[in-house]
Amino acid sequence: MPVRPLSPHLSVYKLRYTMLTSGLNRITGMGLSAGLVLLVYWLLAVAGGAQAHARAERVLSHPLMKLVYAGFIVGACYHLVAGIRHLVWDTGRGLERAQSERSAWLVTIASIVLMLLVGYGAWLAMTRTP
Amino acid sequence: MSLRTPMRRVLGAGSARGGVHHWWMQRLTAVALVPLSVWFAVSLLALPSFDHATVAAWMGQGPTALLLILLVVVASWHSRLGLEVVVEDYVPGPGARTVTLVVVNFVHVLLAAAGVLAVLKVALGGAA
Repeated sequence: MPVRPLSPHLSVYKLRYTMLTSGLNRITGMGLSAGLVLLVYWLLAVAGGAQAHARAERVLSHPLMKLVYAGFIVGACYHLVAGIRHLVWDTGRGLERAQSERSAWLVTIASIVLMLLVGYGAWLAMTRTP
Repeated sequence: MSLRTPMRRVLGAGSARGGVHHWWMQRLTAVALVPLSVWFAVSLLALPSFDHATVAAWMGQGPTALLLILLVVVASWHSRLGLEVVVEDYVPGPGARTVTLVVVNFVHVLLAAAGVLAVLKVALGGAA
């Protein structure tokens, strides 16, 4: 097959808010795929019984894992809000330039608010448990 | 009538007519994940503790087990569809792309099966 350029020609476009918000949705989605691995690891640890769980706890409650969880909270909140924007676009609404610029701001603000809410909930949960 | 030659079909050039289904499933799983992920975050953070007894008791409840299974299956599906598009966009060359797609699919089926098995084991009383 002839060598053809791949569809998202990342290098030829000037970075714009629409491209940034869409690209971030993809990047956070990829990060959340890694989160899925961690979720299944945790479920398997619980199913493995108290001892298996205690072994997994050593990994899962490592101080550096707090950074990973914070990353997942940021990624999940963004992907959720930005994903809803994509679902609205799929109905054919909000595609005009001014509208998509407004919704880019809305997604940014709403996802930050959601991150703070979930982050606060996670902080409460962590201080509640040793 | 298609004007594409049989050789083009074999090489996979052009539409394979699977695009609409892929697109639709991506949206369907996305819609399902909105309530599922919100439920998961809220009920996980509401747990009084993350020790084994508490988590196992929570996972063992019928509604929790059901929703966790749905979450793992739908999230795996959504993740698979999303990563497939990323692979198709960025992995160059038909050989490497096909191999990566096979790996992506196998890993996601494995994740979904392992997650469902784990939840079922706890829910049906395998893990005391």
